[in-house]
Amino acid sequence: MNQDLPLRKQSGDVRRLAAEEAAVAHTQPLSIEIAGVSKSYETFRALDSVSLHLAAGEFVTLLGPSGSGKTTLLNIIAGFARPDQGRVLFGQEDVTLRPVNKRELGMVFQNYALFPHMTVGENVAFPLKVRRVGKQAIAERVAAVLRLVRLDHLAERSVTALSGGQRQRVALARAVVFSPRIVLMDEPLSALDKNLREEMQVEIRQLHKKIGATTVYVTHDQREALTMSDRIAVMNKGRIDQYGSPEEIYNAPTTTFSAQFIGETTLLPGAASDDRSHVVCDGCRIRSAKPLPDARDLVVALRAERMLLPEECGETTNRIPSRIADVIYQGDSMLVLADVGSGQRLSIRRSLRVGLGAPLPATGEQLMLGIDPADVIVVRAN
Amino acid sequence: MHQPVPLRGRIWLYALAFLILLFLVLPVFVVIPMAFSSSRYLDFPPPGWSLRWFERFFTKVDWYESMLVSLKLAVATVVISTPIGTAAAYAIHTGSHAFFKWMRNLLLLPLIVPHIILAIGIFYIYVRIGWLGDFTGLVLAHAMLAVPFVVTTVLSGLRSFDMNQEMVARSLGCGRFDAFLRVTLPQIKGSVLSGMLFAFVTSLDEVVLGLFIAAGHNTTVTKVMFGSLRDEIDPTIAAVSSMLVIGSLTIAFALMILGRDRKTARQG
Repeated sequence: MNQDLPLRKQSGDVRRLAAEEAAVAHTQPLSIEIAGVSKSYETFRALDSVSLHLAAGEFVTLLGPSGSGKTTLLNIIAGFARPDQGRVLFGQEDVTLRPVNKRELGMVFQNYALFPHMTVGENVAFPLKVRRVGKQAIAERVAAVLRLVRLDHLAERSVTALSGGQRQRVALARAVVFSPRIVLMDEPLSALDKNLREEMQVEIRQLHKKIGATTVYVTHDQREALTMSDRIAVMNKGRIDQYGSPEEIYNAPTTTFSAQFIGETTLLPGAASDDRSHVVCDGCRIRSAKPLPDARDLVVALRAERMLLPEECGETTNRIPSRIADVIYQGDSMLVLADVGSGQRLSIRRSLRVGLGAPLPATGEQLMLGIDPADVIVVRAN
Repeated sequence: MHQPVPLRGRIWLYALAFLILLFLVLPVFVVIPMAFSSSRYLDFPPPGWSLRWFERFFTKVDWYESMLVSLKLAVATVVISTPIGTAAAYAIHTGSHAFFKWMRNLLLLPLIVPHIILAIGIFYIYVRIGWLGDFTGLVLAHAMLAVPFVVTTVLSGLRSFDMNQEMVARSLGCGRFDAFLRVTLPQIKGSVLSGMLFAFVTSLDEVVLGLFIAAGHNTTVTKVMFGSLRDEIDPTIAAVSSMLVIGSLTIAFALMILGRDRKTARQG
């Protein structure tokens, strides 16, 4: 997207630009409270008494596979759908029955949905025109926001002449130009290719920091969720599976679904030993640094990048007897697949940093893989 | 990949297509030379040329007054059927309830039922309520015929329109109607305009209902044409027809050019 970058700003401009950006950014964010919201379509229960609190100014991602209810929840926050039960509060106000256009929120959609009969500038000016803002003020705000997304040189351009990334930025500018206190985004990057998507993730994150609006972001891409969010709500089958910071979600998942949906994970079913000191799995016994969940049937979740080769194991490392099934080159890393017990397939990822780590095993080799008790995740089996 | 069929193998297809087009267009253009005929009768080809049938049209009250009635009627039909048809198309497109499918079929009924049957039905109703020869009655009857055309064209426009845009507009602060006016309508403008054209032409061309319920000062030009065809058969009819044909073609071409301009403007 280098061609989109404006020419390097002259030093005198920098201060003025910073002031303008601050003018765009003075949003007073609102907290969002979702209290016991349920929604069914015909016989399909899309949301099952979901409760969620979003602090003012937070960037929260609703993460889940399709059909998990994340889009339904977003539509209920937006006001496109009404919950069968439960309430939605913005700040202290109950907005459950308030129509979309009275909720004062900025929304970015999956396919951008720019208005093709308007130029870039007209698209961005649209929410201000609807609010009957004066002409002069509109021109200033539009210019400032376009500068914020680095599209000021394209204001007169027709939106159909833009690239995917540029369209996305117009959609962002249009959603924030009226300084909404809440911004909703429905998989806004899913139509972009991988590199551009990663670039835009960082850009949206920075935009959020400048604007400060409470942001609800929907995605099924776990990496995107980890990259952007203050907190992630993992959704599954119409419920919130787990709600926490990216670190919590990644390091301490509380359900098999969270454990498997995020990260590259192998699940080994097992049972707690009688003294509850370790989990007995098929072909190995695994100790965790943390106390086991209070149940007999447990699942051990092993992150691929935390697995150790025999040379790296220490005294306390858990040992897992295994047979190497395949070693796959993937550019920045190697993926090793190993068979454990009676046919469990375990993934091990080795970063390919020069001069680091043990030599890779060969296909067919029998060896003891290791995992540190601190890296072992144990969740209740469902 | 398919091998392109050589020109020799395709030539018959072009010939056939040309003949079909000719067959479709010829009857329309046969009347134009007849309008400039010097003959007292509808002769083809005309033995000589003159403008007297146009002169006769503009000097004989029956003719030009009925033409004015028809034009007024067509405009009124457009004014009534366009908003109704557009609103109905919108409801059918966005409504998910089975009722809307049912409503669509109901609205398209006037396209399927023979006009003569509609005419008889309307005639008996209008006799009862005293609307025979009444302008309002004519307008409503014609609007009934025109609404299906508006519904069909606007529906096809809405199908290629991304309804998400209306959701966006609403999220950006527009009420539903406002969102329709600001975002949807400008983008289905072309379909609405062609719906209007269809409505206009439907009313202008309509003869069967007119025969039954138009009368007196509110006699349509098609009814006068029909009568003159039966009673006197002179080329005034051809002159009127030519004017109708030229009028319709002008509108159609204007719309085509309008559509092209819009497309190029959008790409530029």
